[in-house]
Parts: sequence; structure tokens; C-alpha cells
Amino acid sequence: MKSVPVSLSVNGVEHTLALEPRQVLLDVLRDELTLRGTKQVCTMGNCGACTVHLDGRPVYSCLVLGVECEGREVTTIEGLADRPDESASAADDLHPVQQAFLDCDAYQCGYCTPGQIMSLAALVDEARDGAVDIDDAAILRATSGNLCRCGAYRNILKAGRQAVDGVSGSDGENARGTR
Amino acid sequence: MALDEVELERVPADDADGEGPSLDTPLQNEPTRWERDAALDVVGHPHARLEGIEKVTGRAVYTHDVNLPGQLRAAVLRSPHPHARIRTIDVSRARALPGVHAVLTKDDDIDVSWYGEEVPALGETVRFVGDEVAAVAAETALIAEDALRLIDVDYEVLPHVTDMTRANDDGAPSIHDTGLGGNLAEEPARYARGDAERALASADVIVDETYTSQTALHNALEAHGTVATWNGDDLVLHESTQSVFAVRDRMARKLGLAQNRVRVIKQHMGGGFGAKQVPWKQTLLATLLARTTGRPVQLMLDREAENLAAGNRNPTRQRVRLGANRDGTLTAITLEALCTCGAYSTPGEASNIAGLYQHLYACANVTTETTRVHVNLGPAVAFRAPGYVEAAFALESAMDALAKELDIDPLELRRRNYTRTDQTQDKDWSSPEGLATCYEKLDEAFGWSGRKRAAADGPRRRGFGLAAHEWMAGSGAPPAYAMTIVNADASIDVVTGTQDIGTGTRTVLGQVAAEVFGVPLGQVAVRLGDTASGLYSPPSAGSFTVPTLAPAVKAAAENAREQLVAAAATLWQTSSDALEWHDGGVRERAGERRVIALADLVEEIAPHTIQGHGSRLANPGDRSIRPFGAQAAEVEVDTDTGEVTLVRIVSAPDCGRVLNPMTAGSQVIGGVTQGIGFALTEERVVDDALGIVLNANLEDYLVPTSADVPEIEHAMVDLPDLHANPTGAKGLGELPLIPAAAAILNAIHDATGIRFKGLPVTRRAMIDALESGTAENAS
Repeated sequence: MKSVPVSLSVNGVEHTLALEPRQVLLDVLRDELTLRGTKQVCTMGNCGACTVHLDGRPVYSCLVLGVECEGREVTTIEGLADRPDESASAADDLHPVQQAFLDCDAYQCGYCTPGQIMSLAALVDEARDGAVDIDDAAILRATSGNLCRCGAYRNILKAGRQAVDGVSGSDGENARGTR
Repeated sequence: MALDEVELERVPADDADGEGPSLDTPLQNEPTRWERDAALDVVGHPHARLEGIEKVTGRAVYTHDVNLPGQLRAAVLRSPHPHARIRTIDVSRARALPGVHAVLTKDDDIDVSWYGEEVPALGETVRFVGDEVAAVAAETALIAEDALRLIDVDYEVLPHVTDMTRANDDGAPSIHDTGLGGNLAEEPARYARGDAERALASADVIVDETYTSQTALHNALEAHGTVATWNGDDLVLHESTQSVFAVRDRMARKLGLAQNRVRVIKQHMGGGFGAKQVPWKQTLLATLLARTTGRPVQLMLDREAENLAAGNRNPTRQRVRLGANRDGTLTAITLEALCTCGAYSTPGEASNIAGLYQHLYACANVTTETTRVHVNLGPAVAFRAPGYVEAAFALESAMDALAKELDIDPLELRRRNYTRTDQTQDKDWSSPEGLATCYEKLDEAFGWSGRKRAAADGPRRRGFGLAAHEWMAGSGAPPAYAMTIVNADASIDVVTGTQDIGTGTRTVLGQVAAEVFGVPLGQVAVRLGDTASGLYSPPSAGSFTVPTLAPAVKAAAENAREQLVAAAATLWQTSSDALEWHDGGVRERAGERRVIALADLVEEIAPHTIQGHGSRLANPGDRSIRPFGAQAAEVEVDTDTGEVTLVRIVSAPDCGRVLNPMTAGSQVIGGVTQGIGFALTEERVVDDALGIVLNANLEDYLVPTSADVPEIEHAMVDLPDLHANPTGAKGLGELPLIPAAAAILNAIHDATGIRFKGLPVTRRAMIDALESGTAENAS
């Protein structure tokens, strides 16, 4: 099949790739760029394991064509910890959601974890920006499109709470003073 | 599960207790006991997973992520018919496609048999939709899939049967000639003690009900998959497996290779739940394609194939009869069970439906009979507590019905039928108070005895239900071997041949070593998941990993400590007997009472390092080792809409000593969550007329989501079982799933008066039952 040139930014790095129009973003990330932290499970938008950020919004990368990404910014699990605007002071530079997953044992096998974290990170970043007030229902909504067959949902909820609490004060003020 | 149901060729198949042959080898060493009241600093405390950073950063390498130089991708053509004979296959167009390196079909004389029936791995006859027809290796996955569409197959379609209740009808098509008549997969398994029929005839009360459970699909998020590489005559397999050694041994045997010419590696795995405790055909196909092409070949199943051809929890039909006296004493228990292994039997398939009936309650008169048939559907394989999940649904629903019939509290009824012994062997349980303690903890945490039903809120009705269980495995599956290496800087490596399938094995084994050496967990690294270690370990299955490996690691650590004491004796020119291990170092028992810390000692002896060896001894034969559990649920049913809302679930499993409450807690919420799916939403749907599965995907097969799961409480029992092994730990993984469906359904009955006899209780089933006022036709 004929390839077309596509330029996109992935984790802050510009790439120009020759892509077949049928290649989905998931395949581009995993096979062309060997960013294999993003997982392939269902390939039809059912499970959320392939969730990445496209221009800051969570998307299922199996439902986005590579050629749709011309000029757009993609963030994957590999690029979450060292975001340029990351102000978190954690020694290991983890995103607050990543740290919360460690603290709350919000996984078992870990296969859905990159997708879960990307979905929650998008929500928590909104909280960090002070854009929204986030309750349990919002956390559950944000992750209800991410299946976890090990059944870690209750701990994922806990991790979401920890991450939200960490970036926003109890009165809605940003506890880290980034605003 | 017990060893007769897993791929462990070195253990006699009839060794159902998992004791293994008793060998007296120099490697055998019995670790010291952690007594019930032992003060432990690392074990028994919550610790985050050692591999956590890899998992949250996306750096954990799963089989699907392995990317070797020159690696090809493979895809498999599968039968679209439930039963057919292949007349011809033409692969010329596929072979001609640029980027295609190899195509394998039945015409390639592979000469390797597969499944219990020893059929050709790629044969003339296909027996279910999804059965393998051809395999392709190509430069990319897309090219491999393109090639599949260029393979022309001429099928002679044969009659099929997919409904197990019709498999033995006159005129049903024969799937295999087993010589047993009809589509019987094996002789029916029968068990009897006492005279159940006589006891039923004189019982005050009889419950006689027939339950049906559905086919459930594992749906581990990482599909089955393999990366195969040949280096000369040496085969390296990266495999998403619960047993690196089972894969090694089977592939060596199938290919006529020495075991040390096959290396199997699995560092991280995206779930297995039983379906990956045995090697599947994709392992073989990847291996053959790699040999043909001279390149590494990766073969991952797609989601549909995963759900069609790589295992399922077999459906069951169970007729249960309970006989009881007016005071609730059980006088008879009978089971007549029908199930299916699918089109083929796999080594890890057997689902022990009868076990729970034989063991859970004190009863002198018990008969069970299990009939297993072939049908034209994908092979069944163990799925987290195979047989017991299905049996607990039926038996514990029937017990609930008996409690209602006798007007005895369901918990009280279970207590009145308590047994401290394994009645099939006339041996005491290793922990005779185990289940009673589960009952106590559950009562306390859930508030069972003091429960008060909330008043009906319009159409919404609340209800409570509970269920109990034991589990046939979870004792330990020796042998297993481990080493502890004390490096020159006092860092410690634990090396074993087991694998961490997501359960926390790495972390728990690290804790065991840290405890013995008296060092922080951070000083320990755990190396596992590689047959090259040479340290045989059994499959991670049957909830027996911790009770098998923890004692082996403990023994290995204590063996290293003994060597450290001997090293200090050499340094001090005294005898080992004059020294002892104390507080993270060695000290003299008397005299000068010299002491040397571990770090100083290993520095003194560097570059020598210490390697401690340990093995898991046979299980003691004088007791029957089993874990137990009890679980309770509160539900709310909207009688207008049929919506079932779970309010809360409390799980009280007895897994002996809890080594890590954090990872144990995750096992509990995970098991209960899978039980919620089994109870309410999960069901493989088959069109019997066409013989096809209608929902082999995650769109239509409904696994629970974050929105479906209520608060789940782990009522920790933490009762060290020192008759089981010196660590006091038994298995946990399977326990919380076993009683979940029964507890939920009993709560639904409490709320609505409807006793569902079939699973799952979908919204549709609930609405139908509410309309008709009965669940006879439900599910």
C-alpha cells in the first residue's frame, strides 16, 4: 500500500514518518517508533489499553489513524514522567498518578496500567490546572473506558483520589502552588 | 489445582495431593518455622511491588513488547467452520506476496501432534471455529494478515454439535472416536461414600435443584503469545506463560530437543488466570516458522483468537440434591454434573466440579458423578479455581435454599455442618479451625449476625447473601528450588525458576529473603521467569506459588546464613558451633562474644560470594492441606428496571499467614471483581445452529468495569498454618473468586425472593424473572 509522509510530535520529539493510510496511531507508536509502553489489546476501542494523549486529550490510539496526526502532539506513557511543564518535585520525576499507582497497588499484571495512567493523568492535569473539581464519580468516569482484568479498580480509584488530592488542596486551591 | 491437572510430567499423574515423589537429595533442607506469634519485620507487612517502576513507566517488557533484531511477525488462519475437512489449501498467492517469508499448512508434514487427543498440530480436520489451519510469517503484522486473505482453502463442511446437552444424542456427529461412545471425552468420574440414596429417602427435608453455569472467557489483556528464536540448534522462547518450565519441557519433548537446548523467558505477563499454565499451539507454530525462516518470529493471538482458541471456563449443568434433618444436619449430598472440554482436551483443562461437594460440609453420604463431553467449540482450560467457582455457585445456592426451607440462618446452617477433617481421606485439615475463623471474621467485618435490611425504597429492594468454600489446591506443589546469593557488598539476589504473573511473587519472595537476612527489602533483588536459572519451579497456578516458593527461598536464605557463619568461623579460626546468626550478622555464642555485621563479613571474604540453596520439601502426609473462605454481599435490586446494584462485598479468605497485606488485598479485590462478572455479565454466547461464537471480543463479552465494582473489604484472617509448611502460608489467588457469584445470587434471592438457577443474572434475565415471578426460565 502507498505510504504518505506524516509529521507529528511524540513526547516532545518531532518525527516525519512514511505511513500507510491504514496504520493506526497505536501501530505507529509501537512498530514505527518502538514505544511499546502503549499496549495493544482489543484493536477496536473496547478496552482503553492503548490510551495516549493527543493534543492533551486522552484517546484510544487504536481508533486514530496515523495520517490523522499530521502536526499534532502525542504523549505516551514513556513521555509522561518528564513533561516539560511538570512541576512535581518527586525525586524520581514521576507524574502524581504514576506515584499513586505505586503507593496504592493500583495494578497487578500491569498490562492495562499505561492506559489507566494516561486516562487518569488527563483528569488530574485538569485538576492541577484548577479547571475542575474532581470527585470519585469523575475518577470512575475517567477510567470506566479502561478495562482491568486483574480487577484493580478499587485501588485505581484510591490512586486517583491520592493523585487528585496531591495536586489540588482541599479547598480547591492548588496545593503545589503552580497556579 | 492439583498436580494431576497441570503440565508437570515429572510428577506422577495420580499424585493428587501435590506431594511429589519423595526424594532424599542433598539439596533438601527444612527451613525453620515462623511460629504463629513470631515477630517479623518484613514479612506480614505491606510492601509495594518491586517491579512497580517498570509497570508505571511503560518500561516493563511483556512478550508482545519483545523486539529482537530481524524479528518477523506471524498470523494464523483459522477455521470459519465448526467442523470440516480440508480438501485442499492453495498458498501460492500468499507466498508470492512481498514481505512474506513462510507459510505453514497441513501439507508441510509438520509431524507434531497436539492436545490430549494427539491430533496433528495442523491437520486435515478442523473441529471448531478458530481451529488452526495455516500460519504465516512476514516482515510486518499487516503483511502477515494480508497474506492470510490470499490463502485459498476448500472445505468439506461436516455436521457439528456445540450444545453439550445434545453432544451424546443419537445421531450427534462424532468429534473424536474415543471408544467410549457418543462424544464422551472420558469415563464419567464417580465418587461415593455412605449411601446417599438411602439417606435422601429418610431425610426430613430435600433440596433438589439443577443449576447451569455459563462458559466464561479469561480475557487476560495480553493475549497468548510467543517470540521464538533459533540459535543453531538452541531454541529461545519468550512466552506469555504461567510456567516457563512447562513450556520448556513440552517443547523439548515435542521437538526431540534436550531440555537444556530450550530456554524459556517470561519477565512480565499481562494476565493468565489459568489459561497460560500450559503451552498452546502458537508456541509450536512460532517455533516452526522461526526454524523455517531463520529469523526470530513473534506470534501473538488477536483478541478474537484469544477468545476462540486459547481456553475458557467450561459450562456446567449440575443437579444438586441435599438431604437434611429438621435441625439442619446434612444427611446426604449428591451431584450429577455435565460439562465439556470443548473440541480437544488440554493438560490444564480439568475442572473439579465435584471437589467442593465432597469436602466442604460434614456429611456421611455423598455421591458425585461428572460427565465430560466433546463439542465443536474451543478447548476449555483451567480458569482461576476451575470447577470450584461453578460448584460454589450451585452448592452454595442450594445451601441457601435449604436454610430458607428450614428457617435457619445461612451462617448458622453452615456452622452446624462444620467439618474439621478431609472426609475423602479421613485426615484432619492442616488448619481445622480455618473455615470457622473465616466465619468469625466475616461475621464481624460484614456485621452478618446484626444485619438489618434497609426498608424497601420504592421499587428498590435490599438483600444479604453469603457463601463458603474450601479449595483443592493452595497447599504447595513441590519440588521447587531457589538460591540466595549474597554479593560482596551485602546486596542479595534471590534466584528461582518461578514466574510472577502479576500476583506479587517477586515482592513476596524478596520479603522472605529480607526477613531471614535481617536486611531491608530494598537490599534484595529477585530474579525469576527464566529456565536458564535451572531452578525448577512449578506453574504459577492453583494458588500454590507462595506456599511452594516461600519455603524454598526461606531454606535458601537460611542455608546462606549457615555458610556465612562458617565463613566467620574461618576468619576467627574457631568452629561454626561456637557462632550463631544474630541480628543481621554473626556473633560468638560465648567467650569474647565477637560480632561481625553481614556487610563487614562479606567484605572480608570478597571476592568469594555466598550461594545458599533451598528446596521445597514434600507436603506432610498426615494432614490434608486446604485453604478456605467465606464471603458476603449486600445488593439492591430495582424491581422496576431489573438493575442490580452491588452495595458492598466482604471477603474473608483463609490463606494461612498473609505475607504481604498489600498484594494480598489486591488479590482479594481482583478475585471478587472477576466473580462479579461471572455472576452478572460474563457469558460466551454461541449460535448453536451455526456453531459460531457471537461475542469473542471485549465489546460484547462484558467484563466488569470500574463502574460495576462496589466497595470490597478484605476481612484478613491471617491464620498461619504451620502444618502446611514452615512459613505458615497457603495460597490465596483463587479463593476470593470462588464464593462470589453464590454470595451475590443469595443476596438477590434475599432481596427479591427469586432463586436464579442459571448464570449470569443479566438485566434481561432479571426482568424476565421479575415479570414471571420465577427464575425457572432465567438464564
